[in-house]
Amino acid sequence: MLRLENIRWSLEDGREILNNVSLEIPDNKLVVITGPNGGGKTTLAKVVAGLITPEDGRIFFDGEDITGLDITQRAKLGISYAFQQPVRFKGLTVRDLLELAAGKPLKQNEICELLGKVGLCKNDYIDREVNASLSGGEIKRIEIATVLARGTKLSIFDEPEAGIDLWSFAGLVDVFKEVKNKINGTLMIISHQERILEIADEIIVISKGQVENSGSAQEILPTLIKGSRTPRPCERS
Amino acid sequence: MNDTTRQLLEIISDFDGEFKGAYNIREDGQCAARESTENIKIESKKDAPGLVIHIKPHTKGEKVYIPACVTKSGIDDLVYNDFYVGEGADVTIVAGCGVHTTGVEEARHNGIHRFILEKDANVLYQEKHIGTGKQEGIRRIDPVTDVELGENSKLTMDTVQLSGVDYTTRTTRGVLGDGARLIIKERIMTDGKEQAKTDFYVELKGENSGVDLMSRSVARDESYQEYHSVIKGMNVCTGHSECDAILVGNGKVSASPQLDAEHPDAALIHEAAIGKIAGEQILKLRTLGLTEEEAEQKIISGFLK
Repeated sequence: MLRLENIRWSLEDGREILNNVSLEIPDNKLVVITGPNGGGKTTLAKVVAGLITPEDGRIFFDGEDITGLDITQRAKLGISYAFQQPVRFKGLTVRDLLELAAGKPLKQNEICELLGKVGLCKNDYIDREVNASLSGGEIKRIEIATVLARGTKLSIFDEPEAGIDLWSFAGLVDVFKEVKNKINGTLMIISHQERILEIADEIIVISKGQVENSGSAQEILPTLIKGSRTPRPCERS
Repeated sequence: MNDTTRQLLEIISDFDGEFKGAYNIREDGQCAARESTENIKIESKKDAPGLVIHIKPHTKGEKVYIPACVTKSGIDDLVYNDFYVGEGADVTIVAGCGVHTTGVEEARHNGIHRFILEKDANVLYQEKHIGTGKQEGIRRIDPVTDVELGENSKLTMDTVQLSGVDYTTRTTRGVLGDGARLIIKERIMTDGKEQAKTDFYVELKGENSGVDLMSRSVARDESYQEYHSVIKGMNVCTGHSECDAILVGNGKVSASPQLDAEHPDAALIHEAAIGKIAGEQILKLRTLGLTEEEAEQKIISGFLK
């Protein structure tokens, strides 16, 4: 279980991005974190993965206080993070990245399965460099595949829909559904997408750096749709 | 052949006790072993130190090895190797040079290679440079490559120099005929106080000729690298050069690519990027469980692969 207690973090100009956030993410659930842009969702994900160090507050993972652990240590404990804007590497191939993620050499069929899950045909991609020649949608799927390759206790996906066309996104929703059914881990997905919210077990709404609302999907989803807090797909660029 | 040569050969040309194909092993300025095949004839050059290598037209799938090793200080080896590749031949040439110091004096290899490719010939040229030896003698490798590409011929040059060579100046000059293609993939890593300079000059004379020049380098510590390239488009042609460099520590890189379009239908492109490893790249690999040092090493080895 992941527990955040009184997390605070501000920008250099003093603007408060996370203002005393406390929340719990239970094991083996699909939890969607949603809310308006600029509300602090990505910052929160980065705080959990260790990319941002909070000014105040504590983070517990399976009962252990991980506040002082760095990114590598948290990764080794079983936290994975799929970047909203994936990083490109001149020279590293899709296979290299997936093997680094898995922590071992992968067989052809294992890579095939991982790429298949994110809707990529392995033969076109396996030896491709993860460089600027990949489109936004392609690199995003590879990013998601790196997290799937790790298969850790907690997997965080930061706006998986960003940069992917809606037609392909439907396939990704199925991926998350499948992962949810199969793994013994927790999925924490930051998303505005109704289709992702619909498959959530729990939803946490973050707004203005605070938890505005949280609870089961049945409970929270109707309030969001009613309030049009989640933009419809066509409204997002 | 001495043990140092044997060790250097393993590094520069994947030598496992023998070569399969034609070969000439040069050791400290002398010929240590040579073998020609029916299609590939290796002979001593008459007017200068070095070799003349004739590859018969339509020779397919054969390999030629011409490694050169300098195994002690005080050797200044100069060699001229000329390759004549017959029409339609499709071969691999594995060169490579190892320089090992044993004292305070300099050890140097200076190989001047000429490639003359006839119509439709296709050559893959692989070259690996290495410097070894803990002694303070300077290790220097200064290769010069002159290329003449006939109609629709293709030369792919794949060159690697990863540390150990104190000074290197690489000069590559090419003249391309109609439909000819020159592909150069260069990787250099310098560390300590090493200096590496690389100079390309390519004339795209023939109609529909093309060059693709990719240079990737890593400059570590206090090392210094210079990159110059001139691509002259003199006909309907395409030229592309790409120079990427990663700086580690106080490494310095100077890149000056030059494109000269002398024909209205010459299409020439240059891309260059120099900088430290992007912080985001390190972060991403750390989220996969690598330490910062492991991440840096992976990024560099992938970049130079």
